[in-house]
Amino acid sequence: MHDWFPENVSTFGGDVDGIFWFIFYIVTIWFFITEGLILYFIFRYRHKPGRRAVYATGNTWSQLAWVLVPLAIVVVLDLMIDIRGADVWAKVKGQRPPADLVVRGIGKQFNWQFVYPGPDGKFDSEDDLTTDNELHVPVGKVIHVMLTSQDVIHSFFLPHFRLKQDAVPGRQIPVWFEATKIGEYEIPCAELCGFGHSGMNGRVYVHSGENYQKWLSEKWPKS
Amino acid sequence: MNQGNVHQEFGFVRRYIISTDHKVIAKQYLVLALGWAVLGAATAYLIRWQIAHPDTEAFGWGYIEPQVYNALVTMHGTIMVFFVAMPLLLSVFGNFLIPLMIGARDMAFPKLNALSFWIFFLASAVLLASFFIPLGPAAAGWTGYPPLSAKNEYTGGGYGTDLWLVSLALEFASFLLGGINFLTTAMNLRAPGLTWFRLPVIVWMQLTAAVIFMLSVGPLVAGAILLLMDRNLGTTFYLADGGGDPLLWQHLFWFFGHPEVYVLLLPGVGIMLEVITVFARKPVFAYRPIIYTTIIAGFLSFIVWAHHQYISGMDPRLAMPFSITTIIISVPFALIIFSIIATLWGSSITLTSPMLFALGTLGVFIFGGLTGIFNGSAPVDIYIHDTYFVVAHFHYTLFSSVFFGGFAGIYFWFPKMFGRMMNETLGKVHFWLTFIFFNGVFIPMHLVGLRGMMRRISNPMQYEFLKAIEPLNMFITLMAILLILSQLVFVVNYFWSLLRGKVAEDNPWQANTLEWTTSSPPPHENFVTAPAVYRWPYDYSLPDSTADWLPQNRSEATAKLVTP
Amino acid sequence: MTTQTAAISEMESPVGKNGTWWFLASEIPIFGGLIAAYIVMRLGSAGWSEASSHLNFTVALLNTFLLLTSSMTIVMAHAAVQRAALKRAAHFLGLTILLGLGFLGMKAFEYSTEIGHGFLPSSGIFWSFYYGMTGLHALHVLAGIIVNVVLWSQTVTGSLAQQPHRVELAGLYWHLVDIIWIFLFPLLYLA
Repeated sequence: MHDWFPENVSTFGGDVDGIFWFIFYIVTIWFFITEGLILYFIFRYRHKPGRRAVYATGNTWSQLAWVLVPLAIVVVLDLMIDIRGADVWAKVKGQRPPADLVVRGIGKQFNWQFVYPGPDGKFDSEDDLTTDNELHVPVGKVIHVMLTSQDVIHSFFLPHFRLKQDAVPGRQIPVWFEATKIGEYEIPCAELCGFGHSGMNGRVYVHSGENYQKWLSEKWPKS
Repeated sequence: MNQGNVHQEFGFVRRYIISTDHKVIAKQYLVLALGWAVLGAATAYLIRWQIAHPDTEAFGWGYIEPQVYNALVTMHGTIMVFFVAMPLLLSVFGNFLIPLMIGARDMAFPKLNALSFWIFFLASAVLLASFFIPLGPAAAGWTGYPPLSAKNEYTGGGYGTDLWLVSLALEFASFLLGGINFLTTAMNLRAPGLTWFRLPVIVWMQLTAAVIFMLSVGPLVAGAILLLMDRNLGTTFYLADGGGDPLLWQHLFWFFGHPEVYVLLLPGVGIMLEVITVFARKPVFAYRPIIYTTIIAGFLSFIVWAHHQYISGMDPRLAMPFSITTIIISVPFALIIFSIIATLWGSSITLTSPMLFALGTLGVFIFGGLTGIFNGSAPVDIYIHDTYFVVAHFHYTLFSSVFFGGFAGIYFWFPKMFGRMMNETLGKVHFWLTFIFFNGVFIPMHLVGLRGMMRRISNPMQYEFLKAIEPLNMFITLMAILLILSQLVFVVNYFWSLLRGKVAEDNPWQANTLEWTTSSPPPHENFVTAPAVYRWPYDYSLPDSTADWLPQNRSEATAKLVTP
Repeated sequence: MTTQTAAISEMESPVGKNGTWWFLASEIPIFGGLIAAYIVMRLGSAGWSEASSHLNFTVALLNTFLLLTSSMTIVMAHAAVQRAALKRAAHFLGLTILLGLGFLGMKAFEYSTEIGHGFLPSSGIFWSFYYGMTGLHALHVLAGIIVNVVLWSQTVTGSLAQQPHRVELAGLYWHLVDIIWIFLFPLLYLA
């Protein structure tokens, strides 16, 4: 069951999945209790000649307790879900750990562009490099992506990292991730962006430290 | 019988076309809503075909270009929410039932009621027209986010989006007028003895839905005006390069959009309760708490909207407050669900077709409500936002109210509306086929979403990580086609019963509410003599009476005359 | 408890009043949404006070005075109707209509001056909001004037005697239009 999700290769992916499964078990138990009771009652209280329904209106506290006690349990579980969730949300979307690499991500109809600052570490300088649909990163390092869009709203979705963020024109929205495994992973667009929305797909290449250096020296030969 | 019944003097047009009789108007809405449902189902078929067999020719249609696909997805949502769900749940059942259930001759403003219908008809005509113009209808999703919807160069469309906006504006005007009518009617025209807490639950639900709608739609009307201005007057409310903000639309849209889902849910809950109490021969459990929590939920519905925008780029610190309000709003609905289950305890259940659909509403809604917990959690939403998990969730919650609830209502009140009984066997077949195939479509859809399949893409096979779900998508499409075909059972039953159904008596279900005290169908002014009310609607199986039901218009003196 | 078979008093119409209040309640979020959007965007950006300085404050002040006075005249019309003084009511309704037309006339003068100086809805976000909000408001003023004209003609012909409560209901709508302007004026002209 846990294998159904795309393979998780991000440091916080497990935390996101953790909240999912926490909710899943709570919700599944309630599902079986409520639906089970309904099915049982339909069978147990089917009409039989001579037997009359009970005129119970719930207007006494002892009757109402049957509803209020489960309700109180629901409230407690709800709060637990939100409290645990708050920590994970803060981790992914709140304070970002310091970046090892900062890249700009630009959504456009219908591909992603990534801008590297180059060895001088500054954007909008001569050694900047723009790639189409290719995000190269080293494994085990903190990557920040500053997202924006050239035209309509797109959404930067890394399923294998459990990361998603809308890219909005006129805004610079930062996201971060740290890859735990070498490989290639897709970057679909997750917000309807026009007739090319389906198929809009980038790729993140997670390299070993060594291979990442090789890629760097390919792109910036002088350094 | 015809004393004071002016109706008989009118010709065909005045009686059936430009009628001010709330019962005729309700049927006009029913015809239009069911007509739109056929079109909505057609869009669903084409969408599912394309997903399961991308870039092949859909049977009966042909090749579906990506731009057409976007229009299909947009129109499917728009049609189902605004032209099927709203008119069916609110206009049909609200219009038909409210005056009858409160013992009134008609609505407070009958002419305004007729006007509301014809404005809705005009809105329908405008939207339908948008299918036939060059460059086609709106294609930016039923949520119409700018900048995509703000500039034709982004969608490749023409003035289809403008027609879409105008059609929605007209539709909102129609429902605003309708809401004014419902509320004024219920506040001022109740029969003597019909205090607020003797109203059937469905009336409370309709009124709460009307208030929620009326107070929430304003900002979207404002937003639509701004979008029309951006599209046609060169303004830049939603365009960043002009100093505007795309997120402004999202806030205005969802400020309405979220309360709207409760507008759609409450009438379905009301229908469920009315039908269940009759066929379980039991009162509503916790009637007053249900009403109080419904009103509280109505208030809460105004402060959860940005849970649709966790990933939008709005300040991430807003996510937690909205997560909290979102989780709190699950509490009133949990109370209602537990109360309905408690209503079933100790009952005496007959599984007629309306009862099957009402129980189906309950079962399906519980499933949908539970998946809502996942969506409401901001960190989980990072992954599932804009995937098919969301689509599966809202089809469970909406379908439960609109279709299971809607069918429960139609089967239940058909005798009262048309004076004939529907065929029970066909009704049961319709229920089981619908229930099985509905779940066949939407349970696997959760898995598709959890795999990561995004919304509104026409070809999942373009993505390697989605290759694994190809068989699931094909299965879903097959189930969807079977679900649509199963509705033919209903169509056959509906028309056959209209023409040849067994003639209905006044009260075939032995129900307590006032509409069952008059003939099936009721005369033009509903009641030969205006009723007076002596009790609440749920005196079923009173311990010290021989009959297991007791209509609202029975005083103590006449109570004993009710036949078991 | 009133019985619905008893005739509803024609001088008081709980049904009509109820309906009117719900109608007004639904109008408020429309302007509320626009105003909220304006405020939020205004707080988030600079340069709006520069644009707003091109508006004609004096004309707007005069317009405010016109609308406030017209709210008073329609109340006096209603008072006259209640005393069955239909001729007096017609005069006050007429005044209300003229004041409303005056408002629209001044607005048209403002718009033409501003457009003449090159300030269009597309000239920037402030102008987009200005034209959008005052335009929508002006349409509502026009609708109110039309209603008032209909009532005025009914007062003149005497047929208003059958439905005298309508002046009160029209007054309620007119007050709402006035109140919305009271919000728009400072937000657009003073801030």
